[in-house]
Amino acid sequence: MTADTLTHHDHHHNADATDIFGFWIYIMSDCILFAIIFATFAVLHTDLYGGPALKELTDMPYVLVETMVLLSSSFTYGMSILALYKNEIKKVITWLIITFLLGATFVGMEINEFVHLCLEGHSWQSSAALSAFFTLVGTHGFHVFMGLFWMLTLVIQLLVFGINPMMRRRLTYLGLFWAFLDIVWIFVFTIVYLMEAI
Amino acid sequence: MLEKFIFGNLTLQAIPYHNPIIMGAAAMMAVVGAIILGSLFYFKKWKWLWSEWITSVDHKKIGIMYLILALVMFLRGFTDAIMMRLQQALAAGDSLGYLPPEHYDQIFTAHGVIMIFFMAMPFMFGLINIVLPLQIGARDVAFPYLNSLSLWLSVVGAVLVNISLVVGDFAATGWLAYPPLSEIAYSPTVGVDYYIWALQISGVGTLLSGINFVVTILKMRCPGMTMMKMPVFAWTVFCSMILVILAFPVLTVTLGMLFLDRYFGMHFFTADFGGNSMMYINMIWIWGHPEVYILILPAFGMFSEVVATFSKKYLFGYTTMVWATASITVLSFIVWLHHFFTMGAGADVNGFFGIATMIIAIPTGVKVFNWLFTMYRGRITFTTPMLWTVGFITTFVIGGMTGVMLAVPAIDFQVHNSVFLIAHFHNVIIGGVVFGYLAGFTYWFPKAFGFKLNEKLGKYAFWCWLIGFYTAFMPLYALGLMGMTRRLSHYSNLEWHPYLIVAAIGAAIIGCGVMFQVLQLIVSIKNREHYRDKTGDAWEGGRTLEWSIPSPAPFYNFAILPHVDSRDAFWVAKQKKLANPHAITHPQYQDIHMPKNTGIGFIIAMFSGMFGFAMIWHIGWLTVAGLIGILATTIIRTFDTHTDYYVKTAEIERLEKVIA
Repeated sequence: MTADTLTHHDHHHNADATDIFGFWIYIMSDCILFAIIFATFAVLHTDLYGGPALKELTDMPYVLVETMVLLSSSFTYGMSILALYKNEIKKVITWLIITFLLGATFVGMEINEFVHLCLEGHSWQSSAALSAFFTLVGTHGFHVFMGLFWMLTLVIQLLVFGINPMMRRRLTYLGLFWAFLDIVWIFVFTIVYLMEAI
Repeated sequence: MLEKFIFGNLTLQAIPYHNPIIMGAAAMMAVVGAIILGSLFYFKKWKWLWSEWITSVDHKKIGIMYLILALVMFLRGFTDAIMMRLQQALAAGDSLGYLPPEHYDQIFTAHGVIMIFFMAMPFMFGLINIVLPLQIGARDVAFPYLNSLSLWLSVVGAVLVNISLVVGDFAATGWLAYPPLSEIAYSPTVGVDYYIWALQISGVGTLLSGINFVVTILKMRCPGMTMMKMPVFAWTVFCSMILVILAFPVLTVTLGMLFLDRYFGMHFFTADFGGNSMMYINMIWIWGHPEVYILILPAFGMFSEVVATFSKKYLFGYTTMVWATASITVLSFIVWLHHFFTMGAGADVNGFFGIATMIIAIPTGVKVFNWLFTMYRGRITFTTPMLWTVGFITTFVIGGMTGVMLAVPAIDFQVHNSVFLIAHFHNVIIGGVVFGYLAGFTYWFPKAFGFKLNEKLGKYAFWCWLIGFYTAFMPLYALGLMGMTRRLSHYSNLEWHPYLIVAAIGAAIIGCGVMFQVLQLIVSIKNREHYRDKTGDAWEGGRTLEWSIPSPAPFYNFAILPHVDSRDAFWVAKQKKLANPHAITHPQYQDIHMPKNTGIGFIIAMFSGMFGFAMIWHIGWLTVAGLIGILATTIIRTFDTHTDYYVKTAEIERLEKVIA
């Protein structure tokens, strides 16, 4: 062991790599959270307690539109990141707002779907299958909702701080989170909606 | 109406005035609380408490606070244990003992919950926080502010459990709150809600700590320290924290679903509407089995450090130790079903999980032999940490073997839910986790506080613990084979009575051990100048980097970051008679980048506690206020860009001179 006086190894100087790595691990733990809810859905999706099958309750074209809205929001988020690389703050904010609107549309459509189901008498209290359905889809929706909240905060911070390394890092975090939610939704769409419809 | 709005379901009837035991405990807590608050006012220490401790992001101070939490909660959990032993020693035949069943049920639930979540986990995180960054030559953890948040979330969880003693009740369901019993239909009081929110809030803290330490280990090791040059303790912490990240989201979801069942009338685990309570039991053990390895792996690491130091040898089989740890990490996820062989999953499934469980004995056996071979032909000094280690090896092997017995489904069917099981897991948890943490605590105490603990009292404590443990739990093995089931507040089979009296005597002997430990702390603190560690290498045989710096370590840990090129770098340096950094005559210091203290973690945790309490008692406005508080505080912090500062070279020079 020798004293290292030449290379100044200070972690706070290359904090970016460390921080983003930490955020990645958080996303992975969130992935496990979803995996367990998916597993629960897989176990319970046929325990309808005499109620109608899930495919009779869902409206495929509606969900397809929902899916497209969410997927395109990832595209617009990508556009915002491209603008970030070019340091064009106005474009960054504009694309973020478009992403926000698309995300909000998605959440709104989901809430609308839930309200309709409940009004028709198929609430989360009806059966174990519906408990699992509402929880799985709802947990994803809640994540998107929190993402929207976060996006709004970042737009305000962009206006306050402008583009700096800190804001780049924060936009990277949200980008990872947003893409992750898209991937989860693809699984939700496939397992909850498509596979039930077969 | 207004009352319902303001207080939710909380009424004055929630306080059990009629129960003298609870009121006595409450009075004790009130007196202790009043003494602490009073002395804070009297000595005008509020500002000191806030700026030096509560807002601290220094991993060493956070570690010490975790240890205090663990100690306090240990005393409560241990009191529960004594109460249970006393009840079972009394309540035979015509006698009903002194505890009514509904109170006894809460006590065994609280005992399990407290010992695992609020004693063992904080104890583990305390030692990891104090030691790990020093061992890998880092100045802090990767996310210091998150670390402070984790601590305070754990504290809030523990506080909720303690509030449940006086306001309302605690779960009477057993420490894992199996449904349908824990569903609203069968547990309509707030007990299970306290359980859910105490664990959810502290669980978030644990998950964040897991992420924090994995990143710290992977990204912040000092130059030259490759993964295979890390001390074994760092390896075991690494594996344990990976388990935290993989397992704790499962606990969050499981308890979340129980919450949805109870609050929103969902049917995940209910007995009707298609609910499946066995799914809860599967899920809780998918978290629960890794959890016991989360606790034991760092203990293995501590024994490895202790045994090498006091045998004055390199740890035997470092590489196999690492691989054994890694394979236990993987295997811990494919054995969960052995907790409920009797579920009726069928012979094939039971066979698979039985064999997987037995396989875990192999890497564990590798470890045991490594420790033995390290001691073989070593120059052993029997200090207190070493005694705990030797006591552990024998005790843990017995516990491990009864574990292999339980892994045979056919045997398990006979002793499932009997006190044989209770004896088994206390055998591995006391013999493994508790002995390990106490070894680590005694071993690293001088590094954290700057003075050693009294050895004589430590040895008395050890012998009381060891003898007390065997006296308390060996009778339970016999009782289990005689057919005594767990969680009995009363029994009519008088043949069991003598065994349970012996078990109670054993608990009393452990109690003597605990008293010796408290005495040891008092005596050592009082005579701390006498026990002062002046060199930083308190045991004189220190092998790893934490012993190369002064005790207690300065807040920046290393004035100059070390560069290592071998395992046990400090030992090698001493062997080669190389100077340690402090002996360098003209050290070249550079500015050190440090995080500023922040109270945000504490404030977020307080809002979380508010939120948890409001959820438990269905107080709408307070729930919303808590949530808004959490979000607003988090966001306010993100607008603060002055979260760090530099310690200037001149300042470091001055501080280093003071220490020298």
